[in-house]
Amino acid sequence: MRYNRLALYGLLALAALMVLAPVFIMVSTSLKSMDEIRDGSIFTLPADPSFAAWGTAWFGDCAQSLGTKCGGLSSSFLTSVKIVIPALVLSVGLGAITGYALAVWKMKGANLMFAALLVGMFIPPQVTLYPLIIMIRELGLFGSIPGLILVHLIWGVAFTTMMFRNFFKTVPQDLLKAARIDGAGFWRLFWHVMLPLSLPILGVAMILQFTYIWNDFLLGLTFGGRSGQPMTVALNNLVGSQFGEKQYNVDMAATMLTALPTLVVYLLSGRLFVRGIAAGAVKG
Amino acid sequence: MAEQAQRALTSSHSGRRRWRPQWTARMALIPAMTITIVCFYGFIIWTFVISLTRSRLLPVYKFTGFDQYFRLFANERWWTAMQNLAIHGVLFIGGCMLFGYFLAILVDRGIKAEGLFRTVFMLPLSMSFIVTGVIWQWVMNPGLGLQEAVRDLGWTSFEFNWIVRPDRSIYTLAIAGIWQQVGLCMALFLAGLRNIDPNIWKATRVDGIPVWRVYLHVITPMLRTVFFTVFILMSAIVMKAFDLVVALTGGGPGFSSDLPARFVVDHILNRQELGLGAAGAFVLLCTVIAVISPYIHFELRKERGGRGH
Amino acid sequence: MNGVELRNVTKAYSGLTVMSDINLEIGDGEFLVLLGPSGCGKSTLLNMIAGLEPTTGGSIHIKGRDVTALEPDERDIAMVFQSYALYPTMSVRKNIGFGLKMRGVPKDQIDKKVAEIGDLLQISPLLDRKPSQLSGGQQQRVAIGRALVREPSVFLFDEPLSNLDAKLRADMRIELKRLHERLGRTIVYVTHDQIEAMTLATRVVVLDKGSIQQVDTPENVYRRPANRFVASFVGAPTMNFIDGRIMQDGTDIFFDSGSGGLPLVGLPEQVRSLIGRPVTLGARPEHILFDDGGAAARIILAEPTGPDQYVRLAVAGSEITARCGPEQSFKAGTDARIMLDGARISLFNQQTGQAMTAD
Repeated sequence: MRYNRLALYGLLALAALMVLAPVFIMVSTSLKSMDEIRDGSIFTLPADPSFAAWGTAWFGDCAQSLGTKCGGLSSSFLTSVKIVIPALVLSVGLGAITGYALAVWKMKGANLMFAALLVGMFIPPQVTLYPLIIMIRELGLFGSIPGLILVHLIWGVAFTTMMFRNFFKTVPQDLLKAARIDGAGFWRLFWHVMLPLSLPILGVAMILQFTYIWNDFLLGLTFGGRSGQPMTVALNNLVGSQFGEKQYNVDMAATMLTALPTLVVYLLSGRLFVRGIAAGAVKG
Repeated sequence: MAEQAQRALTSSHSGRRRWRPQWTARMALIPAMTITIVCFYGFIIWTFVISLTRSRLLPVYKFTGFDQYFRLFANERWWTAMQNLAIHGVLFIGGCMLFGYFLAILVDRGIKAEGLFRTVFMLPLSMSFIVTGVIWQWVMNPGLGLQEAVRDLGWTSFEFNWIVRPDRSIYTLAIAGIWQQVGLCMALFLAGLRNIDPNIWKATRVDGIPVWRVYLHVITPMLRTVFFTVFILMSAIVMKAFDLVVALTGGGPGFSSDLPARFVVDHILNRQELGLGAAGAFVLLCTVIAVISPYIHFELRKERGGRGH
Repeated sequence: MNGVELRNVTKAYSGLTVMSDINLEIGDGEFLVLLGPSGCGKSTLLNMIAGLEPTTGGSIHIKGRDVTALEPDERDIAMVFQSYALYPTMSVRKNIGFGLKMRGVPKDQIDKKVAEIGDLLQISPLLDRKPSQLSGGQQQRVAIGRALVREPSVFLFDEPLSNLDAKLRADMRIELKRLHERLGRTIVYVTHDQIEAMTLATRVVVLDKGSIQQVDTPENVYRRPANRFVASFVGAPTMNFIDGRIMQDGTDIFFDSGSGGLPLVGLPEQVRSLIGRPVTLGARPEHILFDDGGAAARIILAEPTGPDQYVRLAVAGSEITARCGPEQSFKAGTDARIMLDGARISLFNQQTGQAMTAD
């Protein structure tokens, strides 16, 4: 029995090590100088940790860049924030209202519409990419932050609706009846009764939508143009640029900076994230 | 109180029918319904229409029948991509499910610091595919990465240069992909394991069945719907896989690690082959539908069964 | 008509009629209990009165006003649910005041009303708690308080006591009865528990398979069931049914099941016209009298319950249950002599199951 326990913890530790190794490599590389990277191993700790590469990744290296921009991630970080926050609020809000309407207000075709949404969650974005480009362009929003917000709203609403609808389906019918007898209509039932009930799900949906939108690449690449580049796109450009010698420490610092917001949200929200992933996936 | 009842009476006696909350509910569905109908289904049809034309840079509505599909199926890069999808799909889904289930069982054995291990295993899940791709590109860098590090330790013949080898690069995708998504599989399996009636465990202990046998013959069959769900979710991720290829291998060397999703985006955005890209997208969609339709069917049946008691 | 009136109310789900032509008049101040097994349509009926489910046909009137097309909150009703249905995120105070708030009653008036209700139901110390911090009985009081506070014309209760344990249920029953006597409001009350129906109701409506079987006072429903369904549903242990004929042999009247006879004493004069016709006899356990002049019955089992004992007997080709005091002792396998209390038994048509009266 004791050996079994030992083997169990040994296996867990090994797995944890394998998961954490790339993260460790990313962090340690970002703190090294290029000379150290060339001479040393990826597994060694930085001999003389320095945040110089982080600075370069954030502000850019004006000596190396070609245009007027220095190529740092700071501006695309701001772009990402400007996209994520409104897109998050809108997609969660619309999902909450739609999920509530579908689950609580028995309407003809509600199940059909839910099925349609459910299928929509699985449609690869590539399939509707071009028509969406045309639509966004016709709206005059191509390459702009509002355009990206709208695209994220479109792609997020199926998921958020499903989360809220599945949650609201579990609310006892009697509660809804009581509220109707008390005189609460559509919005007041939502605002006074259902929304306060759904706070945990609201948190979960917020966290997951934040992660999804922040981590998006394809939509940012397609609809961002030059001025609306989110951080993932900027990171990919930075890493992929072919000028001069590759600065792996800057690459890794930039990667770290891109990953940091979602990483922080994940570590702070811990349980909610786990719950959301399980609930969102298993039920839907 | 009396005047209130009075008001209730007069308001409904005024003859005019009051606005019904059901009507508001219907109106509240309009935005989501518009998105669903126009941006999902409408756009799918639109893409299909484009795939029947000879559009290149811009959509032109000169129909050429299924010419683009013939071109697509004659396209060597498309077949490489499809073949890669199959290889990557099997490795990625299989690997995620296997390791995920294994980790879930380990975590479910009543360990200390369970929260810590769970947090660690799900950590990569919070990062984007781009970040994952860039990290692993660096780890697998043949000059300065893992290969060099192991050689420095003394094993000088060690080779791990898959990322630059056309015949191996597709496997690197699975490595990075599994690293990132294994946590999701673990979380789903763990939720399934936690749902199992504890009395089952008591019963098997009373019967003296070894733990590994319980997992193999009792628990695993009980989790078949979870396996099904995980399989579907992982399939959906594989079909959409675009970011990871772009960041990790760029589809290369050459097109050796290309995937259909990247093929489609590339032809639509960069190669001015709109019609061909649309045809590829539509074939991709058909593949997705073929995989997920049993799942949707299952979900909706569950839904109906749940309501009609 | 000042109470509630249902005229030809019909309910169908996707073409399938589950209730048709329900006609019911509920007087002002009445305590009407809808009683029936699960699935009989009693809750559907209540929901239709509440406006929570649309009617397929017919009309519903409350205080003389046609409310068929009105929303629940326009009908001047309040409802108490089996699950209490308290808003989990609101305090007790907010729960009770929510309906008034939705109607735009000023805040100071809401506070005053809620305080009154708190006093009335003795829940004042609980007003600032959340429902999850209350016991089942306390939640029940809050649910009742939420209904009372609006002072509606009609209260609707949907199995309000079935989530409580037996002791609490008995206490709440008494309180509900007092509350009704004090407030004198119309109450429509759904239950499947016949004790609740018997103790609370001024009138009972027995429902089965979507139609009304009998509407009468609790006493009459028990004593003079309109048909076999009512007879068997009301009363525990259930009524004994034996098919056969009433026969007369000189001055002796007895019931002949074909495989044995049971003496009937005190059969009312007017029922004698049924003599000789095939009937189903319905005898409640207390209608079976142990008497040395009776027919022999084999004792199968005696079940003492405390105040009574129930004796299972084989007689005249069937098994019946009799009720008697705890002092007598019965031994399984021996014989007892029994006869039937002809003044209290019921007679039903063998084909239709309807109660038979002398014609």
